[in-house]
Amino acid sequence: MTATETRERIVGRAIKRREDPKLITGQGNYLDDIKLPGMLHVALVRSPYAHANITSIDVSRALAMPGVVAVFTGADMMDINPMPAAWQAGGVKNNAVTPRALAVGKVTLVGDPVAMVIAEDRYTARDAADAVDVEYEPLDAVVDARKAVEPGAPQLHATAPNNVVFEWECGDQAAADTALASAEVVVKEPIINQRLIPTPMETRGSVARYDAATGEFTVWMTSQAPHVHRLLLTAFVFGIPEHKLRCIAPNVGGGFGQKIFCYNDMAFTMWASRKLGRPVKFVEDRSENYKYSTHGRDHISEAEIAGTRDGKITGLRVKTWANIGGYFSTIAAGIPTTLYGRIINGVYKIPAVHVHVTGVYTNTAMVDAYRGAGRPEASYLIERMVDRFAAEIGMDPAEVRRKNFIQPHEFPYNNQLGLLPFDSGNYEPALNKALETVGYGDFRAKQAEARKQGRYLGLGISTYVEICGVAPSAWIGANGQGWGAGLWESANIRVHLTGKVVVTTGSLPHGQGLETTFAQVVADELGVNYDDVEIQWGDTLGTPFGYGTYGSRSLAVGGVAIKRSADKIKAKARKLAAHMLEANELDIVFENGKASVKGSPDKAKTIGELALAASVAYDLPEGMEPFLDETSYYDPPNCTFPFGTHISVVEVDPETGHVDLLRYIAVDDCGPQINPLIVEGQIHGGIVQGIAQALYEGAVYNDDGQLLSGTLMDYAVPTAAMSPHIETDHTVTPSPVNPLGVKGAGEAGTIGSAQCVMNAVIDALSPFGVKHLQMPATPERVWNAIHGG
Amino acid sequence: MIPSAFSYHAPTSVAEALSLLQQHGDEAKILAGGHSLLPAMKLRLASPGVLIDINQIAELRGVVINGNVNIGALTTWSAIETDGELASVCPALAEAVALIGDIQVRNRGTIGGSLAHADPAADAPAVMLALNAQIRVTGPGGTRTIAADDFFTDMLSTALEPDELITSITLNKLGAGEGSAYSKFAHPASRYAIVGVAAYVKLSGGKVSACRIGVTGAGPKAVRQTAVEQALIGSDGSAEAIAAAAAHAGEEMDILGDIHASEGYRRAMTKVYVKRALTSAVARAR
Amino acid sequence: MATITVTVNGKPHTNDVEPRTLLVHYLREQLNLTGTHIGCDTSQCGACVVHLNGQSVKSCTVLAIQCHGAEVTTIEGLAPQGQMHALQEGFWEKHGLQCGFCTPGMIMAAADLLERNPNPTDDEIRHGLEGNLCRCTGYENIVRAVRYAAEKMAVPAGD
Repeated sequence: MTATETRERIVGRAIKRREDPKLITGQGNYLDDIKLPGMLHVALVRSPYAHANITSIDVSRALAMPGVVAVFTGADMMDINPMPAAWQAGGVKNNAVTPRALAVGKVTLVGDPVAMVIAEDRYTARDAADAVDVEYEPLDAVVDARKAVEPGAPQLHATAPNNVVFEWECGDQAAADTALASAEVVVKEPIINQRLIPTPMETRGSVARYDAATGEFTVWMTSQAPHVHRLLLTAFVFGIPEHKLRCIAPNVGGGFGQKIFCYNDMAFTMWASRKLGRPVKFVEDRSENYKYSTHGRDHISEAEIAGTRDGKITGLRVKTWANIGGYFSTIAAGIPTTLYGRIINGVYKIPAVHVHVTGVYTNTAMVDAYRGAGRPEASYLIERMVDRFAAEIGMDPAEVRRKNFIQPHEFPYNNQLGLLPFDSGNYEPALNKALETVGYGDFRAKQAEARKQGRYLGLGISTYVEICGVAPSAWIGANGQGWGAGLWESANIRVHLTGKVVVTTGSLPHGQGLETTFAQVVADELGVNYDDVEIQWGDTLGTPFGYGTYGSRSLAVGGVAIKRSADKIKAKARKLAAHMLEANELDIVFENGKASVKGSPDKAKTIGELALAASVAYDLPEGMEPFLDETSYYDPPNCTFPFGTHISVVEVDPETGHVDLLRYIAVDDCGPQINPLIVEGQIHGGIVQGIAQALYEGAVYNDDGQLLSGTLMDYAVPTAAMSPHIETDHTVTPSPVNPLGVKGAGEAGTIGSAQCVMNAVIDALSPFGVKHLQMPATPERVWNAIHGG
Repeated sequence: MIPSAFSYHAPTSVAEALSLLQQHGDEAKILAGGHSLLPAMKLRLASPGVLIDINQIAELRGVVINGNVNIGALTTWSAIETDGELASVCPALAEAVALIGDIQVRNRGTIGGSLAHADPAADAPAVMLALNAQIRVTGPGGTRTIAADDFFTDMLSTALEPDELITSITLNKLGAGEGSAYSKFAHPASRYAIVGVAAYVKLSGGKVSACRIGVTGAGPKAVRQTAVEQALIGSDGSAEAIAAAAAHAGEEMDILGDIHASEGYRRAMTKVYVKRALTSAVARAR
Repeated sequence: MATITVTVNGKPHTNDVEPRTLLVHYLREQLNLTGTHIGCDTSQCGACVVHLNGQSVKSCTVLAIQCHGAEVTTIEGLAPQGQMHALQEGFWEKHGLQCGFCTPGMIMAAADLLERNPNPTDDEIRHGLEGNLCRCTGYENIVRAVRYAAEKMAVPAGD
């Protein structure tokens, strides 16, 4: 290649993933695949009651069984602290009660672990768990957040009167009250965002090993954030120095939020491995995952929207009860506050908004972030209310949206709800594209024709915006939004003397294809071969501190840290090139992987040649240290705000209530796409999780706190046959927040989709006078809406 | 995920299986396809001390079609599903089998195992009722035949004695003027029937001369719908006649309600799916 | 304990097992074939699908002892060492996986599907994979991957 040739850019190309060969041949290394010499296995004894005092635990029968090594209870582990509460609602009092490694004295949900049996193999451990005799004094339970705050409700925790975790608000109450009181039109609707079970296909677990000689732990964990888990487990739970714990996330079989949190199994496997001097493994069964690992959503809201007869929205008032579950999970309070209330206006300019949220303990599984985390709840609420408003004034829902969109020239846009300004947006082109694809122009005529034949078609529009790459630390941190640390991200790049590039990152993939995407960015930034870039992640030993992968932040924060490290590498390489080429540094241009003297492309050094020179260090400029090795810690100045329009078309069978999803169209804007194949995959998967919420899924507890949807035979995760063909398209509005212009794509599909389907179902049901329907729109619920049941 | 320990026997003949059954009594469970039993054991909802695995008994497998249809109890759903001749003479059975679980379940699950387990939401019992199946069983007292009408006695209960084994199922071949069909409202997660309806009709001289309907999923056990059948017999099988007859569906049975479908909704759906199964069966009979 | 001999991916293995040992645990724990995964406890998810005597089964719902004398193929043995089956290639080409946890079972189920129906429609692919759950992909690219494999397998060898 001569210096004048242009190297083909790899960013923007839909290349297939480098992660895949081992995963498709059965060579992946997931948590349960890890086997260590002498490893012991844990089976838990879990509470069958949702709320009870533990009156006695007798482990003698279990201990006597051959192959059982130990049985521990919560009382044995009082030398470690409860799990930490890392994100409390900002600016208000939080009554945070977190779980201990094992329950002590009392249980507050079905599945609460009360004892751990440790045996030579998992079959023996499971048998022995049945031989632990626990006596309980059952107490009344409460599962509904609104009932839990009523006088006389069962009380879960002495330090949380009336089961209230926090009371939080945002917006301007007086302005919202005035807007509602003086409006031409007000629509009020109870909006329920039902409880969901995240269901990564791999359940959770931990393998802990303790080295008595050094006092160091190693924990393999199903984790989206191993550095954070190291910090929390050492500084807060065990009170040991951070460097005494190494956390490793191997291949992780999906997370969707459920694997962000610091769970008690991390603590009790560590504790037991230290106690017994042998490695200890715990892996959940699916039914344990359903009972005890975190759930998502579970909001009960009262929403009121106000506007004018000609379609202008003038006010929004929302009161929400957010179910937090039996204890406070790691970042439980941030989800229904900052990530929900502050974005409740969606893509619209609403002059007066007020949101009040009450976080509530109930005798159910803990609720924390699940794909989208707060934003799906917000976008569902506003998009349903906008449709309700449109129907009330008899205006086309697309038209109402257009009339109220934040306009392109209004960015950066401050919604006055306590966010930093929306970075960039251009909402109408995405809407128009989706409307054109679905054939909106003649849809209403087709719909009317079909109704004459007794066929009920419906079309739903969702125009969403969300918050990705949550930052900066000074805003999200303790004094602002209550997050207990920072939210920057890190990356190190080393160019070895062979010219191979090794990148270590605090982000980590569990399905997002970050190895591929990051390598594409680095290859272009440094002008090296894609195959010469190695991405390393997931191990706190060997990667710089990072906050992990969630909130669609890995590219917009982690990827930018990588880009900045590459910039630093190039800056040093430029200095070195100037020295080697005997030129002024200001005359060196860096293009296509080569540093050359401006105007003399023949005088050039490749990054490989520069790396070699830097590494052997025979002839460096005055004061330059050897090696190309640079680290960045990137704290973005703002969040990013991806957006888009989703449209679906459904047909409802009036005889049975079955909803048939005929078309699903998604036009998303996540800024420039590094790898369109991966972006499309993220959108597909996200959409089906949102469709699942609209049509199929819902965690159901009975009044005693028993989880009735406790297995995959009861909880309807969609199959391929239940999922539609998805038509995707995009617009590109770069973010000014970061130099890559990227916004994030991991959650957009989920945030845009549930209301898209519900709006279509309710549109189909409009001839029956249906104005709203709660999710999921099961056949029975739809049939009842039609037949007045 | 882990069953309790048990002792395991794999007899190679029916006689050997029966003697093991007698020897171990209540402690023993027969293992056929295992797709109801093993999941229950993994969740420790069942913990039998002895498993008698009958999969080695070759004589219990296979489909023979001559004057009628004879299906060995150990025949898997897949074997039934892929038997083209069987599908042409028993359309309702083929239709129902294709909707059972998934391919992997059908590769293991057996017709005899399903009938003996008598899950109230299983598909096969409804088909057996509609097609007037004769269920052949063998025990220490010899062999006897139980009509499907007498077989399903209650939730998870049958007329099979604890020391008996189902050996085969006999069905009539459908001829000219006869039609059968299966219509199912499947649970989205388990794919068991919320309501499953098998219908058989015979047309003679433009009138419905015979009709049998089996309903599963809606109640504690699979049951016939005699009121519907009586209402339809003698009619011309028109859409109106079917609708009028189907309005009687669910009248003579207990209907269950749960988180998946309330009693009222299941009752309504029973009428709808009876109508749909009959419509399709009549169309095939014409 | 009982002694069983099972031919797994073409190689006979003789091991002692408890009668209650599930086939999936036998494969993962005793033979170290950890490509077969466990995603549920009710035979719903299909992460554990392997081929038993040429048919796809959920290995969490078969006892190892029942496989005495049988032939089992797992994801590790679907293609000869160093090569990829058309389905593996299809999943890679079409981005038919994200976290990869469901993928081995999904591919094994798809292989059985294509064995039965070499040229399935999209709808037949979706119904044929009803025994396998994927939480990442939304299935769109899985359908494309299976279609890719069907087309590739339809081309006579040597082309």
